[in-house]
Amino acid sequence: MTSSLNKIQQSKNNSPKWITHIVVPIFNLLVALLIAGVVIYFNGDDPFDALLLLIKGSFGNDEFIGFTLYYTTNFIFTGLAVSIAFHCGLFNIGGEGQAYIGGLGVGLVAIYLGHLSPFFVIPLCIIAAIIFGASWSFVPAYLQAKRGSHIVITTIMFNFLAAALMTYLMVEILIEPGQQAPQSREFNENSWLPFMHEIFEFFGIQISVSSLNFSFIIAIIVSILIWFFIWRTHWGYEIRTTGANQKAAIYAGISPSKNIILAMIISGALAGMVGINEIVGVHHRLILDFPAGFGFVGIAVALMGRNHPLGIFFAALLFGALYQGGAELSFDIPNITRDTMVFIQGLVILFSGALEFVFKPYIENIYFFIKNNLVRN
Amino acid sequence: MLEYFTIFSLLIDSTLRVATPLVFAALAGLFAERSGVVDIGLEGKLLGAAFAAAAAAAVTGSAFIGLFAGILCSVFLSLIHGFACVTHKGDQVVSGMAINIFVAGIGPTLALAWFKLGGQTPQLSGDARFSPLHFPGEEIIANIPYIGLIYSEVLSGHNIFVYLAFILVPIVSWVVYKTRFGLQLRAVGENPEAVDTAGISVGMMRYKALFITGLLCGFGGAYISIAQNAGFIRNMSAGQGFLALAALIFGKWKPGLTLFACLLFAFTDALQARLQGVSIPGIGVIPVQFIQALPYVLTVILLAGFIGKAVAPKASGIPYIKER
Repeated sequence: MTSSLNKIQQSKNNSPKWITHIVVPIFNLLVALLIAGVVIYFNGDDPFDALLLLIKGSFGNDEFIGFTLYYTTNFIFTGLAVSIAFHCGLFNIGGEGQAYIGGLGVGLVAIYLGHLSPFFVIPLCIIAAIIFGASWSFVPAYLQAKRGSHIVITTIMFNFLAAALMTYLMVEILIEPGQQAPQSREFNENSWLPFMHEIFEFFGIQISVSSLNFSFIIAIIVSILIWFFIWRTHWGYEIRTTGANQKAAIYAGISPSKNIILAMIISGALAGMVGINEIVGVHHRLILDFPAGFGFVGIAVALMGRNHPLGIFFAALLFGALYQGGAELSFDIPNITRDTMVFIQGLVILFSGALEFVFKPYIENIYFFIKNNLVRN
Repeated sequence: MLEYFTIFSLLIDSTLRVATPLVFAALAGLFAERSGVVDIGLEGKLLGAAFAAAAAAAVTGSAFIGLFAGILCSVFLSLIHGFACVTHKGDQVVSGMAINIFVAGIGPTLALAWFKLGGQTPQLSGDARFSPLHFPGEEIIANIPYIGLIYSEVLSGHNIFVYLAFILVPIVSWVVYKTRFGLQLRAVGENPEAVDTAGISVGMMRYKALFITGLLCGFGGAYISIAQNAGFIRNMSAGQGFLALAALIFGKWKPGLTLFACLLFAFTDALQARLQGVSIPGIGVIPVQFIQALPYVLTVILLAGFIGKAVAPKASGIPYIKER
């Protein structure tokens, strides 16, 4: 028994960071893809063909890359949202609802103030996304911090509440007069975020039309800000301390309840920013169900990306490619659809989240085996 | 008067129908949570069982084989949860969520590949479905005012699953409170160290509990696809697993109270279907979404400790690590 304990200690001390942060997530992804490949094989299709088509469909030309990065934008926001809650030891399943309500904020600004100058209305939209998203996570955060209500359950409940509220607003109040479909009127063009192909055209470069818009740049800037916030400010330090050990945090004079609320409102704000990409970036009107599961993808992205903004970027890119490539893939292989990508997403969460420690010791042992042998030789 | 009574009877009738999968899933969750394993994967298990039941019933034409397949699938998913959370001490919430998302994806994927119907199973009829049971003498008694209505609408004419769900509540209550297994189950959820000291394997107890969770979710899921409906469609569990979880919390992890919560939540659903577009004198039209949201609002208020206090089993959510 002691020897196995020693082994764990030894591996903790000696295995380099890149094993945990790069090799293990990639290995977990491969296992998930392998299982998906087996299912695809038994459904009568060639999994390698599928993989090739998936890569082609997501990175094959500039149009596909555009759509891949458009999905990536959403997943960066929701991935960062889940990760900052994880840093504080909290599991925010409410990204879906927070994104929905964030979009509502964006939509309300665009509907009622859309006639103002773009230099005024676009920042207002961003602020609205942040405030509305944050407000939707504030109540669960407050209840967790002050009354001990379990945040997983309350955020699930708030997803349903957001859906009910939005259906009510879309069907009864914000619906375009004279229309049957529950969607708002199209916004004034002043509130539209520039598409990436428009930005490139401004500089004289022609690229294909896609849904990719300025939100991608916002997502990159936000990622850097979050990195700075978590690892370079005392607020981030306090959040991480609270997440690592609440008792120690209290001894250090750090208030857990304050940090729970802070982490969660930032989390909600980040999820709410999905509304920027979707509502003023692409649809230019409020529609029903626009978060389409993006909030849940954030869980997989944060777990795979090891809660680090750089890792989250790559994990988001991976899921962006899965979503875009999966859509293209279904033209060639009708049996593989968006649902198949959701299935892979579930596997990724299982292997890099709940089962993350299953393969790690083996990978570390292989690493030590190779290293020791190399040293001897 | 009779008119209101008729409306009320019909409301109760649909409440019982809607409550059935909630009761199965909530009692399933009760076993998992009482053993100290948080299970937010009830939704996925319901959906997985619904898919497996409908697919097997469509292929074999037998509802019983469908039910068996549903249970098998749900138990398998439950054991994955156990493998991740009990054996490997993984995060229980993450594992539950993984199962939910995994099932939401693989169900339609397999349905599309097998049946080529855009991610659904074929419409089931005849022996491939469980049909309602009709009590004897229904036609004769139906003509008697009041009693006839109660007999034909409320008591008779339900699926066997509906009766089963209600019979299950006292049985679960007896198992949890009056048997040795129930005592060990509750102990393992409150104080696993003590159970371990008494020489009972904490892991084994939790696996047993999760097996029952899978079994009961299997019934709930099969009810949704081959009894309540006639086939599997994408995401047909539609949050009922989460609602059941809410009911379990609302019922403070006790079988009787949980049944009450399920009935209350199902009643709000029946009510909103009936109140759709109906103007109530003095109030006007109540938006259905507000009534739909009621169970979630109530659960949040309860969790906040404003109406009573919901105290979860003490060890719930914490993997048990034997001290060395």
